[in-house]
Amino acid sequence: MKLYCLSGHPNKPCNVVTFKSVTLMLDCGLDMSSVSHFLPLPLVASHRLGSLSTWVPRDADSQLEGELRECMSRIFVDSPPEIGPPTSGLMDFAEVDAILVSNYLSMLALPFITNGTGFKGVVLMTEPTMQVGRIFMEELVEYIERTPKARHAYRWKHYLRSLPQPLCDVKGPKTWQQAYSLKDINAALSHVQIVAYNEKIDICGALKVTAVSSGFCLGSCNWLISSDHEKLAYLSGSSTLTTHPRPIDQTSLKNADVLIMTALNHTPMFNPDSMLGEFCVAVAQTVRSGGNALVPCYPSGVVYDLFECLSNHLDNLGLSLIPMYFVSPMAESSLAYSNIFSEWLSSSKQGKVYNMDDPFPHAHLTRTGRLKPFKSLHAEGFSSEYRQPCIVFCGHPSLRFGDAVHFIEMWGNNPQNAVLFTEPEFDFAEALAPFQPLAMRPVYCPIDTSLNFTQARKLISELKPGKLVVPEMYLRPPPSAPHRTDLTLNLEETPLTYSECQVLDLGIHRRLESVKLAPGLALALNLSNIRPGLSTATISAGLHVQDNKYVLKPLEDEDTISKLPNSYPYGNLSVDDLVQRLAQAGLTDARVEELPGVCIITLENEDVIIKISDASTHIICSNTKLREKLRDILLECLSSF
Amino acid sequence: MRLEGCGSAGAGQDVGRSCILVTIGGKNIMLDCGMHMGYNDDRRFPDFSYITDGPLTDYLDCIIISHFHLDHCGALPYMTEMVGYNGPIYMTQPTKALCPVLLEDMRKVAVERKGETNFFTSVMIKDCMKKVVTVTLHETLQVDSDLEIKAYYAGHVLGAAMFHIRVGSQSLVYTGDYNMTPDRHLGAAWIDKCRPDLLISESTYATTIRDSKRCRERDFLKKVHDAVDRGGKVLIPVFALGRVQELCILLDTYWDRMNLKVPIYFTMGLAETANKYYRMFITWTNQKIRRTFVHRNMFDFKHIKPFDKSYMDNPGPMVVFATPGMLHAGLSLAIFKKWASNANNMVIMPGYCVQGTVGHKILNGAKKIDFENRTSVEVNLTVEYMSFSAHADAKGIMQLIRHCEPKNVMLVHGENAKMEFLKQKIMQEFNINCYKPGNGETSIIPVSIDLDVEVSLPLLKHTMALPTSASPSSSSSSRASNTEESRTKKQKVLHGVLIMKNNNLRIVGVNEAWGDLGVTAHNLRFTERIEVDEPGPVPALTSALHTLLSQKLGSSQVQAVNEFQLSVADSVFINIQDDEPGKTILLSWTHQDEGLGSKLLDIIKSNYKKS
Repeated sequence: MKLYCLSGHPNKPCNVVTFKSVTLMLDCGLDMSSVSHFLPLPLVASHRLGSLSTWVPRDADSQLEGELRECMSRIFVDSPPEIGPPTSGLMDFAEVDAILVSNYLSMLALPFITNGTGFKGVVLMTEPTMQVGRIFMEELVEYIERTPKARHAYRWKHYLRSLPQPLCDVKGPKTWQQAYSLKDINAALSHVQIVAYNEKIDICGALKVTAVSSGFCLGSCNWLISSDHEKLAYLSGSSTLTTHPRPIDQTSLKNADVLIMTALNHTPMFNPDSMLGEFCVAVAQTVRSGGNALVPCYPSGVVYDLFECLSNHLDNLGLSLIPMYFVSPMAESSLAYSNIFSEWLSSSKQGKVYNMDDPFPHAHLTRTGRLKPFKSLHAEGFSSEYRQPCIVFCGHPSLRFGDAVHFIEMWGNNPQNAVLFTEPEFDFAEALAPFQPLAMRPVYCPIDTSLNFTQARKLISELKPGKLVVPEMYLRPPPSAPHRTDLTLNLEETPLTYSECQVLDLGIHRRLESVKLAPGLALALNLSNIRPGLSTATISAGLHVQDNKYVLKPLEDEDTISKLPNSYPYGNLSVDDLVQRLAQAGLTDARVEELPGVCIITLENEDVIIKISDASTHIICSNTKLREKLRDILLECLSSF
Repeated sequence: MRLEGCGSAGAGQDVGRSCILVTIGGKNIMLDCGMHMGYNDDRRFPDFSYITDGPLTDYLDCIIISHFHLDHCGALPYMTEMVGYNGPIYMTQPTKALCPVLLEDMRKVAVERKGETNFFTSVMIKDCMKKVVTVTLHETLQVDSDLEIKAYYAGHVLGAAMFHIRVGSQSLVYTGDYNMTPDRHLGAAWIDKCRPDLLISESTYATTIRDSKRCRERDFLKKVHDAVDRGGKVLIPVFALGRVQELCILLDTYWDRMNLKVPIYFTMGLAETANKYYRMFITWTNQKIRRTFVHRNMFDFKHIKPFDKSYMDNPGPMVVFATPGMLHAGLSLAIFKKWASNANNMVIMPGYCVQGTVGHKILNGAKKIDFENRTSVEVNLTVEYMSFSAHADAKGIMQLIRHCEPKNVMLVHGENAKMEFLKQKIMQEFNINCYKPGNGETSIIPVSIDLDVEVSLPLLKHTMALPTSASPSSSSSSRASNTEESRTKKQKVLHGVLIMKNNNLRIVGVNEAWGDLGVTAHNLRFTERIEVDEPGPVPALTSALHTLLSQKLGSSQVQAVNEFQLSVADSVFINIQDDEPGKTILLSWTHQDEGLGSKLLDIIKSNYKKS
């Protein structure tokens, strides 16, 4: 059993496990941190961005002209943004039998794996993961494609050493790729096979994989990979907090031979509950003082909880009339889908359908017009609906594309306004860098509900895995807080670790395989009792294999059967007993000769010598019939099975 | 495996109600818990005292409900709250949402309309539903450590499911009611190749063929069209959910195609209720509706408008869908009273009617209906009964059998004569047993059990590396199909030792076994002397033997150790001694290699026999 790590970002996991000649990819997350090095894509030509001065390193050739621009002494690439797909050199994607996707955040690199690589396997995910994942991917494509750039900058990648920080430190920019297209998304998703929680899916007849609820987001799961005798658990984005998804199923993960644990909390320094509180307070303060609140967000996920908590908070403060706009090409789909997946929600949300209520309150907020979804700023009706002060939820949280770029440009010079960062994935200073100087108030309240180190340690002690495998960086404090040794996965027993581009032997050696025994064969077996509770029989049978499943059936071929021994003798031979039995069979001329360690019986007339020592007997003769007779007499003297 | 129809009238040869008790691998499971619509007395509910003398909770491991129709779930509150059962009840989420709505509806008719006592109460329905555990499609739900169930889409009504039940190596599939052809708002039933020991299939339409559904629809459209053409009004009493959505889509598209202007109405509450349920359970509808639901609601009709009470006095033709479905109360009854006397008008009953309801009376040809307040109406309008329930037809049932490859089939929930025909067909086509037990009859289905054993990996790998043994079945039977041949071709001969320790079975290689068993092998070795007339030098005979045996056994098997010694398959040894004037060949092998040893003996003897 081996593990190949194809991603250096534990929160954008992409690992491959080989087991029983099956190759499984565990998640294919897309590391989007590269986009922060690119200039934002404004909806309408921005005078400010257009007038940023170009930047050329001193010793570079003039071809670099126009590829880089400077904003407040930070250098940005002026090009459509690029993203870093999982490493492709370590593994031939054509050999992957199945990709197990844990949640919609961990599937965004799918087109890079499945398209044009010869990939022939299946992609397993739950229905919400598929639908919401599609929403994420289509939103990304829409954002990038609706603001095309004439020029694609790539020469700067050859001059990394001449560039200032942080651009000179980027890893492997030559492997970065442009975003995929709608066609690519459809091709990738055509490989998807939908699974339910706790559905046992057969992979090549050799393994069973099962998705179990992980409590992190709509349809999110952890995976169990099991053969008849070994169990591997893969834990990705999981949460033990109570939010809208179905709670985590811990019982199923127990007692695995190997537990792979990844995608722990991005922002372990921040408590998601208090951040949610701060968020509500900050938004209320902003709108009360006449400012607007911008919430850059993904089209699904924590944003549902934000709608719910924020509307309650505003109600309590008598601010119910402040409009909330949800601006995304996928806003309407996201709201519609969230309310049809009640089976995937917490029991309290699920219980609402029995009273004919929508599971999420945002259905009600939309019907009453407090929350208004729009495809974009330019969508029909937005300009006539638009009132200030207001709260705008819109993408993209990286602030490099999407309507958020426009709102920052529009509201940025007014200190009354606020931008609130709730998505933990992007650093807010990085996100805001190309918009500086900015008067707008940034509020950082990252809400990451996934397991923090304390919760992870507790979970590990409850799950009791045989072996634990984690990303290497979980054993070190985060780079931003090098003294916080509490922010590591310090355990009594050091786990196995992996890092990007590493191959790890998980050290699981199989010893047994399950086989079915046909009823006819079982009945024909003649079991002999060795001692109470232990019996045994010699077995000769036909082994049939179909779809990697083994069945033993009776052998019909008499010839084959006669060639194989039907019993095995054990223990020591009593010489007296043998001599007696020989005499009974008419062989009366046995002469017994005791030597140290060996006893020799000679049958002079028949030209036979029998050598007997501890646990072995050797018959030497020159007559086949007689030998067979002697053999049968001998076997009668011995215990056998 | 034992199956019992429950009580005096179970699920056997009767469409009345479904309630089946199965015993599989020591587990007792109740499949559906329906009430009989044809009875008003005790016979309405199954006789649960027949199951066991003790408490039901102790006897039953679980109850599984396939869908929300009352002939499948109507007796549930009676059983759990009045007879007493506290164990788990499994059903899908839409069934759990809709079941209490139907039960409450029926309770009202029985108690409030007909004044029945000894019926379950609203509180009992609620308490009963609290015992329900929901299952998701395809999820393998572990009822206990041995019993697992898995639901599949059945397409009969919203939330209908088929159930795969497994205990150890025994399994069965219970279909409930299902539909194998997708209709306008639901998808087709689907199951994987789960190869159950038994498939219990409904057989309501056992001899009907697919086209008859279209005929029925055409017939329905023609009757409605004719009625409105002659200026009549058409009343269709319906229950808010189920086939009415199908009929609305059907009528709406027909109106569109024929460019008809006659108004179609349905009652306001009905539309809202239905739309709400369908919106929440959209994942249970068909592909097309699911794909488009964000932007287009299939249940927003172009020609069907909300109904207002005042419209019933409007002149001219119209079509009205109104609740409740059995004409026992409410708007549908009010409209009926207004329209019944006009012979131009028509009422179409698309479903069953409980005895005592107006619907039941007119279906039985009543010409005059009396009401409590001493009023009465003449029934002059045309009364039509048309069932649009979505069941699998004969072709669909055969298709399902082909999909899941059961070892036995049992037909239930159908009429005896039709079932007999289908039974013969199934036995002929699939060459498997088919049962059709009568009501209350117990069937015992014998199943062959494959034993699970564990084989040590070294032995398995060794066996797989052996040359393939030709199985005689492929050579003797020339008619063997290709798949059969390829299957037998894969046979390898496994030889080892089976060890049973505390009921655990394991097969290991002979050499591995000794340690596991804690006994010492007794090695038996045989050496046989063969004297031969061979004048030449010893190495010449050695070499000649080497050539001979290589020819017979394959050169890789035979090794020359030195000038007077050979070894075969690393286990049988041949020594040649000079014994003037001839030679003596000493052949030596162990008991384990008896087969090879005696074969070599034969070869040598037949080639070098001393004259």
